[in-house]
Amino acid sequence: MNVKSVFKSNAIWLVFAVEVIFFAIFSHGAFLTTNNIINISRQVSYFGIASIGMTFVILIAGIDLSIGSIITIVNVVCAFLMVNSGMNMWLAILISLALATLIGVLNGFMVASIGIPALIATFASQTIFEGVAYLISGGRPISNLPEGFALFGRWSVGIVPVCCIIMVVCFAIGSFILNKSYFGRYFYAIGGNEEAAELSGIRVNRVKYLIYALSGFFAGLAGIVLLSRSNSAQSTVGKGLEFDVITCVVLGGVSVNGGVGRMSGVVAGVLIIGCLTNGMILMNVSEYTQMVVKGIVLAIAVGIDCMSKKRQTT
Amino acid sequence: MSEEYVLELEHIRKVYPGVVALKDVTLQLRKGEVLGLIGENGAGKSTLIKCCSGAVIPTSGKIKVNGKEFDRMTPQLAAENGIAIIYQEFNNVGELSAAENLFLGRPIRNGFMIDRKAMEAEAAKAFEQLRIRINPRELVKNLSVGYQQMIEIAKAIQQNAKVLIMDEPSAPLTSNEVESMFKVVELLREQGVSIIYISHRLEEIFRLSDRIEVIRDGEYVTTLITPEATVDELIRLMVGREMTQKYPARKDCIDRSNVVLELKNVCGNGDRDMSLKVHAGEVLGLGGLVGAGRTELAEVIFGSKAKESGQIFLNGKEINPKSPREAIDLGIALVPEDRKRHGALLTNSIKNNINMPIYERISKASVINSSTEKATAEKYREQIQIKCPTINQLVKNLSGGNQQKVILGKWLAADSQLIIFDEPTRGIDVGAKYEIYRLINDLVESGRSVLMISSEMEELIGMSDRIIVLAEGVMTGELSKDEFNADTIMAYASAIVDNKEVTA
Repeated sequence: MNVKSVFKSNAIWLVFAVEVIFFAIFSHGAFLTTNNIINISRQVSYFGIASIGMTFVILIAGIDLSIGSIITIVNVVCAFLMVNSGMNMWLAILISLALATLIGVLNGFMVASIGIPALIATFASQTIFEGVAYLISGGRPISNLPEGFALFGRWSVGIVPVCCIIMVVCFAIGSFILNKSYFGRYFYAIGGNEEAAELSGIRVNRVKYLIYALSGFFAGLAGIVLLSRSNSAQSTVGKGLEFDVITCVVLGGVSVNGGVGRMSGVVAGVLIIGCLTNGMILMNVSEYTQMVVKGIVLAIAVGIDCMSKKRQTT
Repeated sequence: MSEEYVLELEHIRKVYPGVVALKDVTLQLRKGEVLGLIGENGAGKSTLIKCCSGAVIPTSGKIKVNGKEFDRMTPQLAAENGIAIIYQEFNNVGELSAAENLFLGRPIRNGFMIDRKAMEAEAAKAFEQLRIRINPRELVKNLSVGYQQMIEIAKAIQQNAKVLIMDEPSAPLTSNEVESMFKVVELLREQGVSIIYISHRLEEIFRLSDRIEVIRDGEYVTTLITPEATVDELIRLMVGREMTQKYPARKDCIDRSNVVLELKNVCGNGDRDMSLKVHAGEVLGLGGLVGAGRTELAEVIFGSKAKESGQIFLNGKEINPKSPREAIDLGIALVPEDRKRHGALLTNSIKNNINMPIYERISKASVINSSTEKATAEKYREQIQIKCPTINQLVKNLSGGNQQKVILGKWLAADSQLIIFDEPTRGIDVGAKYEIYRLINDLVESGRSVLMISSEMEELIGMSDRIIVLAEGVMTGELSKDEFNADTIMAYASAIVDNKEVTA
């Protein structure tokens, strides 16, 4: 590996470093404090977790727009079961995660078995489950969650938040799936060339089911963490989150054309977006300006990816 | 007919990285003549006409149109100089009317408005000129393939084409439609249009052409005056040269008592009534023209396309693979024709490609045994001599021959017993071809069986132990080694099947 390729494969971390230095200078000392760093780690934890499933999906050149709705419905259902039905916390979590996974399976069915383009299929389930969440909650927030539920979003081990530990464990699992299990090899193969993958003996449809199910599962887990953090279930909580997650993944170097990307890059993408959001809040940048900035970041990230692809083919 | 040349191609050469598509082809087209252009699959006919249309830029050579000299064409230059090509695929828009298609991209306008009336009147005139009856207002999607082709021709003539190049124009047509197309061609000749007519069907060439040019392996062979030519002579010229020692010698290793693959009346994927046997240690060649249904048969055996009826036996046991995975687990492998699209996973490493079919076998609880993975890749890299710095190299950075070896390595790793090669040496340079042949020999000498689809006559004859010829989805002939003869194979391959109308 020459200097240039080392530089190229780690460029994302360089961007992260520049960003940290920028905010450290311009936030009047508020950015690089222990408290704020812990705060950032809490803030990024839920979309970090969700980005793992999205990484798999984008690796096979798919997309999952439903994860915002999955996060919402997990919030509402889990809170409803615990508060309104008085269900045991762990059982409620288990049911919520199963539901999230099932929504992923439904996405897989639409994409793999019926052949609806992923963009439309997952957009449909986004709409459907956003509606279902409203129907369950009646649009009213559900609060008074059990004490112990604070574990996932608000408790810490020493100074390290539990949600941050969950995220790190999930990234480790994601990285393991990608690099050590044969599923990872299949993901890259399908993303590179679906037809050739099928002809090499991969049951492409089954793998697609698995990937969308995993995307649903990780989004569900993100929903649990978010619910614990906010301590109240809102029917709007997940709205638009898929775009933050997609931005992280694409920024982390996962090609929207499929077949290319690493988990470590996605970690960097999550940190960059997390710090960007946090830093802009510290600098009193308005929410709408933040949207503008994030949109531009997404366009640039995809633009760089597409340009490098273009250069390869010509 | 006059002696004036409207189109001259002089010493056209086209080199792609690693492959010479055209070595040296010269072509002269007189005003008002039909020139038949013939050659085997892969002889370079398509590349040659693409040089005329501007779709391909020749590496060297000159193109002269009406005496004006060009190094290369562009689609625009070709149109300006009156060169039009009728491809097998039409450029019609089905949702528009015949008249609108005729004026596609250059509508007659009346101010800002499209003048539909004027277009319809002009279209009626253009159709009249070709003596074809098409209602200009009819939507093209409602017209038969024959009429759609007529619209293409009318469009070319309307745009003042003086040179019309027709690439296998009869291929999609029924026999009645072919007859009308012939009439149009003859009419155009009378009107002074020059035509290059490409076809595999020699009887059409004899019926229509004034002269016949033969090319072979990207080289000009000869040009004959049609009335002086014979079918036998043309076939000999197309197939060409005596066989030289281009194929490595092989021990006779056929075990006739051991039938590995047997098909009984298999139908599906466009093929009908396929019955054949492949023995252990045998190379069975599948000959025929492009579109004869050979690749389609391979897809059915490999489970990637559905079988409709009939039976497939592997080692005497009936099988019914529903997916490539099932076929692979049974010991069947396919090395596809389009290596880049269907064969190799270009963006993955050599190691991953070779292990792809066996990952589930070398994993425990989905975790890959990485030392087995590495050892397997190294083993086949060594055994079939894949030239690469490391097994972590991406396959897209390998040459065509080495990519083909990676695909073969994958099937050896999967322990395949029957390996189907679809055009095993397409796009591979001569040196690497020999190596692929040697590997095929190794396969059968180790007791495996090979089903080899090839459109290269020489390869088919040089490598096969037995040849079955297909035409239009049915088997038209079988030859044992002592009956091998290019002319016979060609005759079987271009046999007209009686009930074509039924299936078309």
